[in-house]
Amino acid sequence: MQGGNFGFLLSNLVMRDFRIRYRNMSLGVFWSLLNPLVMMGVLTFVFTKIFSSDTPNFHVFVLCGVVPFNFFALAWVSGTMAVFSNSGLVKRVLLPREIVPISTVLANCLHFLIQVALLLAVTLLAGYRVNVYWLLLPLVFGLEVVFVCGLSLASSALDVYFRDMRYVVESMNTILFWLVPIFYSFTAIPARFHPVYQYNPIAAVVLACRHILMEGLAPPVSLLYKLAIVSTLSLLAGLWIFGRLKRRFADYL
Amino acid sequence: MTGVVQLDSVSKVYLRRSREFLHAFLSGWLRRAPKGGFYALKNVSLRLDEGDSLAVIGANGAGKSTLLSVIAGLSWPDEGTVTVNGRIAALLELGSGFHPDLTGAENLRLNAAVLGLTRRKTEERFDEIVEFSEIGDFIDEPLRTYSAGMIMRLAFSVAMNVQPDILLIDEVLAVGDQAFQRKCMEGILELKRAGRVLICTSHVAETLQQLCSRAIWLDHGRVIREGPVTEVLDEYQSMRTGAGKR
Repeated sequence: MQGGNFGFLLSNLVMRDFRIRYRNMSLGVFWSLLNPLVMMGVLTFVFTKIFSSDTPNFHVFVLCGVVPFNFFALAWVSGTMAVFSNSGLVKRVLLPREIVPISTVLANCLHFLIQVALLLAVTLLAGYRVNVYWLLLPLVFGLEVVFVCGLSLASSALDVYFRDMRYVVESMNTILFWLVPIFYSFTAIPARFHPVYQYNPIAAVVLACRHILMEGLAPPVSLLYKLAIVSTLSLLAGLWIFGRLKRRFADYL
Repeated sequence: MTGVVQLDSVSKVYLRRSREFLHAFLSGWLRRAPKGGFYALKNVSLRLDEGDSLAVIGANGAGKSTLLSVIAGLSWPDEGTVTVNGRIAALLELGSGFHPDLTGAENLRLNAAVLGLTRRKTEERFDEIVEFSEIGDFIDEPLRTYSAGMIMRLAFSVAMNVQPDILLIDEVLAVGDQAFQRKCMEGILELKRAGRVLICTSHVAETLQQLCSRAIWLDHGRVIREGPVTEVLDEYQSMRTGAGKR
């Protein structure tokens, strides 16, 4: 594309996805709130009434896991399908093709913001106080978005050639639901697995959320830099893979 | 010195069977022509300078659309080189990215952004585009309430306002009623007079004669005739009617 109007194009694509999603729903934004609340309710019931857990405020604990994970899972699946479902644009219009999966992921961010607001509201209702480390939350969530963009760039490019990519991603999400500490705490994990967990950006985001919101502590610096390194590497790898594969998109879509 | 658009022995290979996904992937990753493919374009060379206009003719599947998408930079040649000097607008499809649930105005802005217009230019020309399209008050209604003709008119109006150096048009001139078609032709001829380069395909010989001075005839991806538009068209049509009688 010529000219420096990347921003105009990006905002138009993001707004398109957002408007389409909400315009024809009678309950609109309410759905963004309902899903994590239901998940929170079910998981809290199972892990306080059936398996007894000694974690105080289990519902806040679990919501710290559900909100970042939900965004990750949804954004990655829709990001993976982005190039294929926008094949009209990719085949017929000269635009920087990277913008297609990135705008899809960013459209999910508006959804994510609403859920983060819900998380903060539930945290405050449970009696936790606002603390200075809340200022780190945008950084933590921002790095998660970067990570998902990287993954989606790679998987959406592969999806052009292997149409079953979306099912691979869905299976990965199911596995990750169990491997990310959503309903169990980091301390319950055997120490030898700790490094593996810390290099998983989604686990790192969940842990950082709990440190900040529930313990009023700054997340460990080592956790943050691991999150930053993995997210940046994933974005670079995603851009590289996408760049390598994008030339033949028009031929195989 | 290269022309505004210059192709030097360009070839393009497509896979015959789309199910060979591993071949497809490897050719994508290695950026090589896929094995066992067929030539959609074979050894095509052409050069267009300022103010030139080229008609691309040929039967279905002759490689016309492939040629346009290679020139537009949407698809890469497997052999040869494509050089383009200038801002290109490819009308290979009208209304790329249009969505039925968005209003006309929202689609207009989205489409303008997709075609490379800046935010400021879009707002500057907004009224002009709406007026050209003759959509009127419907502009704030969702696109699904539009007739097919209205959608095409809106799409064409946006496209005409991008003001490219090189305009590629693929079979999209059958827009709206006759009065609107005349308006579109006028718009394109104006671009041509301003020295823009025009490349178009159409199955309507009259349209091509009105818009273009030169023509190439593609057959199975090869250029088999090149020359003034009337000559090439005459030859093409006599071959087709000849084939029809047999």
